[in-house]
Amino acid sequence: MMAYGSGDPILVIQKLSIAYPISIGTVRAVENVSLSVRKGEVLGIVGESGCGKSTLGLSMLKLMKPPGRITSGSILYKGLDILSMSDRALLDLRGRNLAMIFQNPLTSLDPLVTVQDHFIEAIRVHEPEVRRKDCVARAEAILADLGIEARRLSEYPYQLSGGMRQRIMIGLALILHPDILLADEPTTALDVIVEAGFTELLMKLKRQYDLTVLLISHNLGLVAEMADRIAVMYGGRIVELASVEDIFSRPLHPYTRGLMACVPNILLDQKELLAMPGSPPDLVDAPEGCPFAPRCPEAMDICRAKTPTLAAYGASSTACWLYERNA
Amino acid sequence: MPILIKAERLVKDFPVRGAFLEKKRKFVHAVDDVDIAIEEGEVLGLAGESGSGKSTTGRLLIRLVEPSSGRIEYRGRDITEYPKRELEDLRAKVQMIFQDPVSSLSPRMSVGEAIGHPLAIHGMRDKAQRKGAVIEMMEKVGLSPAEYLYRKYPHQLSGGQSQRVVIARALVTRPDFIVADEPIAMADVSVRALILQLMRQLKDEMGLTYLFITHDLATAKYLCDRVAIMYLGRIVELATRDELFSRPHHPYTKALLAAVPIPDPRARKPKDLPTGEIPSAIDPPSGCHFHPRCPYAMPACSLSRPPLRDVGARHLSACILD
Repeated sequence: MMAYGSGDPILVIQKLSIAYPISIGTVRAVENVSLSVRKGEVLGIVGESGCGKSTLGLSMLKLMKPPGRITSGSILYKGLDILSMSDRALLDLRGRNLAMIFQNPLTSLDPLVTVQDHFIEAIRVHEPEVRRKDCVARAEAILADLGIEARRLSEYPYQLSGGMRQRIMIGLALILHPDILLADEPTTALDVIVEAGFTELLMKLKRQYDLTVLLISHNLGLVAEMADRIAVMYGGRIVELASVEDIFSRPLHPYTRGLMACVPNILLDQKELLAMPGSPPDLVDAPEGCPFAPRCPEAMDICRAKTPTLAAYGASSTACWLYERNA
Repeated sequence: MPILIKAERLVKDFPVRGAFLEKKRKFVHAVDDVDIAIEEGEVLGLAGESGSGKSTTGRLLIRLVEPSSGRIEYRGRDITEYPKRELEDLRAKVQMIFQDPVSSLSPRMSVGEAIGHPLAIHGMRDKAQRKGAVIEMMEKVGLSPAEYLYRKYPHQLSGGQSQRVVIARALVTRPDFIVADEPIAMADVSVRALILQLMRQLKDEMGLTYLFITHDLATAKYLCDRVAIMYLGRIVELATRDELFSRPHHPYTKALLAAVPIPDPRARKPKDLPTGEIPSAIDPPSGCHFHPRCPYAMPACSLSRPPLRDVGARHLSACILD
C-alpha cells in the first residue's frame, strides 16, 4: 500500500447514490455524490435535516440503516473499495482505519458497562490477544490526552457529565489510532461552553493523532471554526464544495448564499435576517431538475428541466446552472 | 412603559427521590430567589445553559408551575394565589409556545381543531364564528392556503408549518403575554429565520410582550430588547441588549459570549473558557454559584451571595468585581 501524505486523496467517493425503498416510493437520500477527502484536512459536510449528510457519513463505514442501500457508485479508502469488502474486512476497517463519533454520547455508551470495559472491548474486538492490564494502560494514556482523570475508568456513564461522556466517546474512537474520524453532529447535545471546549480538544487531538476529520453538522458557526473545506448538501446532492473562506465570503450557489444570510452572528448588529421561503424538498421520487429550484429566487427554465452537476467555477465547485451558463 | 408581568423573590424547589434509607430529603433548587419585571411591549430574553432554571422561571410566571415561594403580578394584580376559575380566564391572556412543535400538537387533531380548541375552551361556542377566527389567525401566521391546511393533520405538515400552527394556537385567544421556550431550537436553519421574523411581526401587529427563553445568544441579540442571563437558578446579569453585548459585566456572561461559535472563518481565535461544567442544582456551590469556575474568584465570592447591583445604564450584575 502506498504511503499517503498530507493532501493526498485518502477517501474517494465516486457517483454514490443511496436509496431507501418505502411504501410510497423510493427516498433518494444521496444522489450522485462525488467527493475526495484529503489526508489531514477537516472537511465539513453541512446541510439541513433530511439533506442526506448523515446517510452519506454512515455509508463511508457501510453502516446505513436498512432498508437503505447503495444503488450505484463506489467509496475507496486508500484505493480499497469499501463497498465490496467482506464483513470481516469491514469490521477490521471500522475503528482501526475509520472511526465515528455520534451526536448523543449517552445513547452511544452502555449504561451497564464501566468506562474501562468500554475501552477493553474497543481494543479486543480488533486485538483479542491484548491483556486486560495493557488495555487499561492504553486507556489511561488516552484519558490523559482528553483531560480526564484516570480514576474515572471505574465509573459508569451516568456518573459522568455530558461533556465528559462526549470526550470518552472520542477516546474510544481514537484508541486504535484510526486515520479518519467521522464526527456526526458531535456537539449538538452539548451546552455552549462545553461545546467550545470540545471543539478545542478535537482540534488538538487532530494534530496530535494526525487525523483526517469529516465533520457533519447543521451548525455553520461550528464548521466555520473547524473546517478547512466545506461541502454543502441539499436534497441529497452536494450543491457546493469550496474552502471555508470561499464558502463564507464568496458563496456561489443560491442555497449557500441563502444559508449565510439567515444565520444570526453575534458579532454583527443584524437588523434583519434574510429568510428563505419554502421548505426542504421531498426526496420521495423527486422530479428531474435542481432540488433547490422551487425555492430559488434565481431559478430559470433549465433549472426545473435538468439537474445540474457539480462543476468547477474559479477555486470553488458548484452545481448550479447560473454558473454553467457563464462558464 | 408600564410593567406587564412581575415576579418578586420567586423560588421553586423540586423534591428529588433520595437513595433508600436516606434520611434527609433533597431538593433541586431550580429557581433561587429571582426578581424579574417585564414591560409592556418588550421582548425580554432569558438565556443560560441547560439546568439554569430558565424554563422553570418562564412556567412560574404564567402559573404553569406552582412557586415554592414568592409573588407574581400581572397588570398590577397579584396572581400568585388565583383560584381555578380566575386562573382559567388568565390563561386566555398569557400563553406559551413550546420547543418541539411535533410533541405539542395532538396527532389526532386537525390544524383547524387544534387552533380552534382554545377558543372553544374560552367560551366561543358558535362553530362558524370559531372557524372564521381560526382562518383569520392562520393567515396572520402565514399558514396559507388556510382553507386547505385547515383540514390537514400534523403528520402532513413540514416542521416550519407545525411551528406556525403552535404559534397560531397560542395567539388565537388574543393574549398579550407570550412565554416562548426555545421556539426555534428544533427548527432547521432556513426555517429559524422565518419563525423569528414572524414572531417580530406578530408582536408589532398584536401588541405582544414576549419572554423569549433561549440558549442561543446570537438569536437573543437579534430579537430581544433586554436580556437576563441565568446560572444555576439565579439571574446573574440583566441589561439592555446593547449594554449586555457590548459591555458584559459578569464573568459568566463573558464566558458564554466567548464560547458562541461565529459563522465567519475570519473570526477564528483561541477562546478563554472557564473550566468544568455547570454543577448540580441539588447541592450548589456556596456564595456566588459561579465561583468554582470563575477565573477572577476571590475569597469573598464563596462566602455570600452577591446581590444584583447597578453597574451601568439599566444594567444589573451579580458580581462584586468592578
